[in-house]
Amino acid sequence: MSIKARFNLQHDNFVLDIDTEMPSQGVTAIFGDSGCGKTTLLRSIAGLERCQQGFLQINDTIWQDNTLFVPTEKRSIGYVFQEASLFDHLNVLQNIQYGCSRVPDRERSIKLEQAIELLALTPLLKRNTAQLSGGERQRVAIARALASSPKILLMDEPLSALDLKRKHEIMPFLESLHDKLNIPILYVSHAPGEIARLADHLLLMEEGKIRASGSLDTMLTRLDLSLAHGDRAAALIHANVAEHDKTFNVTYLDFPGGRFTVAHKDLPINHPVRLRVIARDVSITLEHQSNTSILNIFPAVVDTMTPEGNAQVVVRLLLNNIPILSRITQKSASLLTLETGKKVFAQVKTVALLS
Amino acid sequence: MVHLMLNEHDLSALFITLKLASLSTLLLLIIGTPIAWWLARSQWRFKFLAEAIIALPLVLPPTVLGFYLLIALGPNGPVGGLSQWLGGQPLAFTFTGLVIGSVFYSMPFVVQPLQSAFSAIGKRPLEVAATLRAGPVDRFFTVAVPLAQSGFLTAAVLGFAHTIGEFGVVLMIGGNIPDETQVLSIAIYDHVESMEYAQAHWLSAGLLLLSFIMLLGVYSLNRRFSALVRN
Repeated sequence: MSIKARFNLQHDNFVLDIDTEMPSQGVTAIFGDSGCGKTTLLRSIAGLERCQQGFLQINDTIWQDNTLFVPTEKRSIGYVFQEASLFDHLNVLQNIQYGCSRVPDRERSIKLEQAIELLALTPLLKRNTAQLSGGERQRVAIARALASSPKILLMDEPLSALDLKRKHEIMPFLESLHDKLNIPILYVSHAPGEIARLADHLLLMEEGKIRASGSLDTMLTRLDLSLAHGDRAAALIHANVAEHDKTFNVTYLDFPGGRFTVAHKDLPINHPVRLRVIARDVSITLEHQSNTSILNIFPAVVDTMTPEGNAQVVVRLLLNNIPILSRITQKSASLLTLETGKKVFAQVKTVALLS
Repeated sequence: MVHLMLNEHDLSALFITLKLASLSTLLLLIIGTPIAWWLARSQWRFKFLAEAIIALPLVLPPTVLGFYLLIALGPNGPVGGLSQWLGGQPLAFTFTGLVIGSVFYSMPFVVQPLQSAFSAIGKRPLEVAATLRAGPVDRFFTVAVPLAQSGFLTAAVLGFAHTIGEFGVVLMIGGNIPDETQVLSIAIYDHVESMEYAQAHWLSAGLLLLSFIMLLGVYSLNRRFSALVRN
């Protein structure tokens, strides 16, 4: 099951030229600089933008081909815009009901109550839209989209208009959508932090074209892509809570490449977690260091290397086939005689728990 | 007191005026809404042509408009001719003729507030409605109309008040027939002509008060409305 999209569209001096296939489950992030066509792609999928030539198929339903163009209202989509765009003439409940009441019963997969509960909106239902904070408005917008029982949820930078505090307020709700609903989500963003927390897949866009796509873990560590470069380059590791150590107040997290030790997290055993390992926090040694404060040391194999700037190099390491990045100086790389296939140890200084 | 001062022609002029204004406003809202919607949304290159034609009564001397309408509605005009061909009367000097004239004359006062109210909504709420499965007609009535509420109020009041106050067009095509086409503004003119200043005073002050109250209503409601949306 997948989403097949082919769009060709020209606006003044912007060209969108897309031909791609995305998985129709989990969260697919559409990532790229502003102006690269992320929003236009999303609008084309929604039918809000009309490409003369295009093809769009969601699972086995065709929404657009050479002869057919299903109008937006006939596509079972949920769309969350950058600004909440609530209907100001309706209260919170009426806003959420708007889409819900227009869904035929047999197509209803999400009940009104379910959408309200998921976004914790029960106390706000009677409010006027004018009496809501930015974060609350966006939650109502998400619930409104969900209540229309969409087959696919399209989110266009739903957090970008909010301040940091509000972002943190909404994030858990977005994560719960990912965990509790079986709806594919296309999530447009230019914030790597959001994507690392939410996405399973990544579609990287550059100047109206798709530069690359694939699973998020792989994409983040591809040295040929811009994501693996710069200060924010980081790898993503999926791990599970293995054990809590009461003596030192630490938690152990297992992944196929070994075991991470992190400060205690109040999470149940076996709970899945996402770890973000930043490239500049990973150093490389040839032997296993024992007299060091760094706890997270893993045997690794050098996979590939790319120079970054004049003095540095990004190394892709495999920890039992799980890729991470390390950014070191070219001098170190030369002293350690790093080359593909060499067995080394990766020392991870810090690791961030994302969920 | 009022009965003492106003004769029965005055009362029927009042009645005709209110009937004319109500009917014209109703027709204007029905005709003007789709025009305003189209003007607000269309990307057509020559849209300004339509806008100029609709705004024409704002600058045209009412007698000019009245003159052309008289010709069009008369027995040899296209509209009057059509009406006769259908077995009716020529429309000049009839109440129907007055309604047709008023609709033309007051059109910009209804279309312009509606057009700016529709423009102010923007594309976004309608796009949201479309993603929530509302078709074009559905989103017009459930999103555009409620959000343009203050525009409708302004349009209705301005259309109504402007029709009440018209003089030139009515004089040209209505012919000032008491109990049939004589409206208040012309009744006032007649009273002044025959030096009946007391009646003229009553009618003028009445119209003044009515117009003022209507505008007061529009402005206070619009302020409450925009305050509601702002907070």
